Amino acid sequence: MSTLTQSESATAPQAGAAFLSVRDLQVRFRTEDGIVKAVNNLTFDLEKGKTLGIVGESGSGKSVSNLAVMGLHNPRNTTIEGSINLDGQDLLAASQKDMEKLRGNKMAMIFQDALAALSPYYTIGRQIAEPFMKHTGASKREARARAIEMLRRVGIPQPQTRVDDFPHQFSGGMRQRAMIAMALVCDPDLLIADEPTTALDVTVQAQIVDLLKDLQQESGTSIIFITHDLGVIREIADDVLVMYAGRAVERGTMREVLKRSQHPYGWGLLSSIPRINASVDVPLEPIPGTPPSLLNPPAGCAFNPRCAYKELVTGDRCTTERPPLAMANGHLSACHLTPAQKQSILTEQILPRLSS
Amino acid sequence: MSAEQTLSKSQGPATTPGQVLLEVDGLTKHFPVMGGFPFKRQVGAVQAVDNVSFTVSAGESLGLVGESGCGKSTTGRLVTRLYEPTAGSIRYNGLDISHAGRKELAPIRSEIQMIFQDPYSSLNPRHTVGTIITNPMEINGINPPGGRDARAKELLEIVGLNPEHFNRFPHEFSGGQRQRIGVARALSLNPKLIVADEPVSALDVSIQAQVVNLLQELQREMGIAFVFIAHDLSIVRHFSQRVAVMYLGKIVEIADRDSLYNRPRHPYTHALLSAAPDADPDNASQERIRLTGDVPSPLNPPSGCRFRTRCWKATEKCATEEPPLIQLSSSAPGHLTACHYPEDGITPAARKAAADALPEPRDAQD
Repeated sequence: MSTLTQSESATAPQAGAAFLSVRDLQVRFRTEDGIVKAVNNLTFDLEKGKTLGIVGESGSGKSVSNLAVMGLHNPRNTTIEGSINLDGQDLLAASQKDMEKLRGNKMAMIFQDALAALSPYYTIGRQIAEPFMKHTGASKREARARAIEMLRRVGIPQPQTRVDDFPHQFSGGMRQRAMIAMALVCDPDLLIADEPTTALDVTVQAQIVDLLKDLQQESGTSIIFITHDLGVIREIADDVLVMYAGRAVERGTMREVLKRSQHPYGWGLLSSIPRINASVDVPLEPIPGTPPSLLNPPAGCAFNPRCAYKELVTGDRCTTERPPLAMANGHLSACHLTPAQKQSILTEQILPRLSS
Repeated sequence: MSAEQTLSKSQGPATTPGQVLLEVDGLTKHFPVMGGFPFKRQVGAVQAVDNVSFTVSAGESLGLVGESGCGKSTTGRLVTRLYEPTAGSIRYNGLDISHAGRKELAPIRSEIQMIFQDPYSSLNPRHTVGTIITNPMEINGINPPGGRDARAKELLEIVGLNPEHFNRFPHEFSGGQRQRIGVARALSLNPKLIVADEPVSALDVSIQAQVVNLLQELQREMGIAFVFIAHDLSIVRHFSQRVAVMYLGKIVEIADRDSLYNRPRHPYTHALLSAAPDADPDNASQERIRLTGDVPSPLNPPSGCRFRTRCWKATEKCATEEPPLIQLSSSAPGHLTACHYPEDGITPAARKAAADALPEPRDAQD
């Protein structure tokens, strides 16, 4: 265990340089059925003005790790270990009061279901103005003006009148915009977007992704973008982190991960989505099986029950020994296959299938 | 669209591929909106589906794509006659079922089955998997050789589940497995047409491909026709031979797969295609068409062309005159478009490829 931790921190970029740095993050929930190891040994960095895309299936720990960054977990049944540093400040050691000052101010979050995340009882304008008043001490009138300005920035027509509307009077895409306005009202340095486009139509999704990119260019916000859609990742992310069963299995630049994936799970994801311009006669290659339960994850590599390439690894290392996140062919991946094997599988089997 | 159809009964000869199985003509569904006090009366109508016509041949898969609220699910439910149409006709195997009663529908119901989007709410939590699958057979009086239970186990195997799971309850299964149970239930009556309403959108990415492949195998091996409803353009393209694009209750474009995806004529189809995210970083980002705003309310749809409020080509004519769904010159046969100012039918990607004069094996195949 200790050797493993060492190897993982050794491959990580040096701490301190990044704006947000997460080191060996562990999140555990106590439940009636036992302890859920939701996030294990997660390490990543995010620079200012960059976007990190986190990909994974439901239950892979992608949302939980970001709730931990925001300090939004239930402290009664959650234990968090490791370190989270935002701009030099240790978030895990910070008091609730300090966190309250950061949330909505320095870091903000956008949720998937905007209707559930907005209060039906207050007007949109009031919900946008509230964090601004709290963090800057602005008056009601100033905050209202700010809310109108934010609504205009996110592209809501007639912001002067819409500011007094209630969430149910907005359409899905407009609610998502209102929530983005709410998150950005204090010009946060870090924006966590948890599947912000999953519930939206493609045309609206494209609008929201463009909006986030524009806003990022204007204000230099760092964004963590959580999604399961590799197409959206391609649109917005600079770096990509692929998570499986609570662990990072792959980390690298967007181009590296999407073009030269070095992990069987990444290959599976890439070959299981139909492409808009691929041949239609080739059947999709699904990943067999289902994601594991985090109550009782498989021994060794968590992906081994679904992996098609574990015979290539000598011995039973896949089922006994957890592969470390190590550098192979250009980016980090956690797999026992040798770099040469990965490269040959990638070029001989995966890439031809993708471009057929 | 041959008008003469032999009125084959449900037990009649098997439909041959290419024969028109389902014929929908001018289908309309308006949901009344009630209001007023103290006496409720109709104050308006949600025009969910308006004058929609299409055909589905035996063994064929027709994809219905569009944004939420465009009426694609309502169309699916009208075809299965879960809703009563306001106007128009639905002919199944030559038989008009648009206003057929319970008794008339009974033999046809077993031939048109449905797969629902949400595998969590479409299975009765108090029934075992066995009951869920055998119930339709019992209701329709189907007695397969070897008994219903044996047939149910066989079906479980066909959809890739363990027959031993016969006595389990739905909550013991994952989302993908539940969707397979829904497929097995639909198959239990040997349907000729399955309406699949967003069958994979509630599933994880790695599971979606499993279900899509399963449905495709069934289509190929059993010759079942599909009406495949989805909002994901790439999945529809993968699954359906013909695709209809819907916008605000109307079909704006319908064509063969290759023709629609390679030579779309309607501006909305163009916008949809350019908004679909592509995971390949090397596919040069096409000039994306940014549609502004949202879909207007179907309660009070725009006059003339319903897309005109978001269309960059709209003129006076679009507001006053509704474009008919017609075959445009220089479109492939069977490619119908409803637009006054159609695009030249070349996607920006294809145009770029032509400009680069690079041999594109993909496009050549399509």
